[in-house]
Amino acid sequence: MPRLQIPKLHPGWLLVAPFLILLAALYLGPILNIAWLSFTDPEPGLGNYEKLVTSDALARILWTTFRICLVTTAFSVTLGYCIAYAMIHAGQGGRSRMLVLLLVSFWLSVLVRTFAWLMLLGNHGLVNDTLVGTGIITRPIAFMRNELGVLIGMVHYMIPYAVLPLLASMQTMDSRVIAASRNLGATGAQTFWRIYLPLTLPGVAAASMLIFILSLGFYVTPAVLGGGKVLMVAEYISVQLLVTLQWGTAAMLAVLLLLGVLALLWLMSRFMKLSVVFGGSTR
Amino acid sequence: MKPGLLSRLNSAWAWVLLLFLVAPALIAIPVSLTAKRFLSMPNGTYSLQHFHNLFTSPEWLSSFAQSAVIAVSTSALATVLGTLCAIGLWRISSRFSELVRAVLLLPLIVPQIISAMAFYRLWIPLGLLDSYPGLILAHTILATPMVLITVSASLANFDPKLEQASRNLGASTGTTIRRVILPSIRPGVIAGALFAFILSWDEIVVTLFLSKFNVYTLPRRMWNGIRENTDPTVAAAAVVLIAITLIAFALSLILSRHRAKARQN
Repeated sequence: MPRLQIPKLHPGWLLVAPFLILLAALYLGPILNIAWLSFTDPEPGLGNYEKLVTSDALARILWTTFRICLVTTAFSVTLGYCIAYAMIHAGQGGRSRMLVLLLVSFWLSVLVRTFAWLMLLGNHGLVNDTLVGTGIITRPIAFMRNELGVLIGMVHYMIPYAVLPLLASMQTMDSRVIAASRNLGATGAQTFWRIYLPLTLPGVAAASMLIFILSLGFYVTPAVLGGGKVLMVAEYISVQLLVTLQWGTAAMLAVLLLLGVLALLWLMSRFMKLSVVFGGSTR
Repeated sequence: MKPGLLSRLNSAWAWVLLLFLVAPALIAIPVSLTAKRFLSMPNGTYSLQHFHNLFTSPEWLSSFAQSAVIAVSTSALATVLGTLCAIGLWRISSRFSELVRAVLLLPLIVPQIISAMAFYRLWIPLGLLDSYPGLILAHTILATPMVLITVSASLANFDPKLEQASRNLGASTGTTIRRVILPSIRPGVIAGALFAFILSWDEIVVTLFLSKFNVYTLPRRMWNGIRENTDPTVAAAAVVLIAITLIAFALSLILSRHRAKARQN
């Protein structure tokens, strides 16, 4: 009888096994099940995916999601860049004070922040009351239940996530390059646009993709500040599951969302070691 | 090299942005002190009635307790699982194990709505909906990758020769982990436990799907309060949450300064 060849397993796997098994059974399994569901519920076939072409409502939701994510990314990364740049160039004390503010905003509950925007941006919120009270405007501006409110809330949430990968990429830059550029007679602005910015572009790309990924599936802030008027994919999925009980459509959208996220993640890994990004943003 | 005018302007702008990140949350403080019975800014009269309500209402108190139980259990489970995982992957460190590491980190990057959907789908037949084990298991799966990251970061600075020495001197794997590895990666383990706690304490999307009547965590109750948008008790709860966040943050700062000092001596 031929002896069975059992490959020798490293004993380290024994330590990995508990979580790996738990994850495979209770998480990866059900996610595959959802993918399966998207082709079989309510009936086998590509019916759910057909809706992408035939349903105007779905097309509108996907377009809204894409547009909001794009604008959120642009604003978060631009503003995050300003913060990261100032932090790198601040003195020791200034930098650690800035880091404290950044981390506090990281740690603040997303619900608390969403609640705060609700109080600030409503028709009788602090911002409108102040503006009307001082006579700058006569009628309250609609900040909420529209895309503007969703964008304010999302950008506010995402900026810290943009700053961390940008800081990482600015920190690893060789500062002698900048000194060389100045010595050769370039002005500060020239040095920034022609040397500094191009050298930090990989960080900008990584930060953009991270923000886009996080925005794609964001649920809390759009649901509250959009007030049902701005429907993004995540909220639509939850309505399909909890209200209209259409698992097939929800599953199809989940598959789409997941594919988008994984594709972006792969793209991101080409610009920056993922461990740098994840090591920084441990929240 | 002296910073130019633009650089100084940008620095001022960055401070404005950082204040923009933190300041809005502070509005919860005046709103929580309003004397009115609906969400509003106090005009002249202040009252602590909403804090009184928060700390005497059985619903809010039970939500605090439930969140604490779930977050502590999650943190304990995730810390054990994540630390074991990190040590295992660190010892194997092959191409394949790095691939497995990427898979293990998936719960951090998969949109929460999809995680919620996956748990919801499986929890129905397992009868885990609306129960403590159901929420603790789900939160543990979401939080363990966080521990894996912080512990792996600590292990990256750990000298593998120490482990070899311990094994050469005859210590078993268990003893080596307990007596040699764990003491040197303690900061990473503590940070991981803290992050896991906060993730669970603050988690709302998965909780919305998995809880109903029996289990009603603090985020769930806040979510309801925000949705109904009337009762100022929500503002009082928000103030308490901000205070807890600041205290936890201050503690972690003090701890890390302490460690840095200890390392210097």
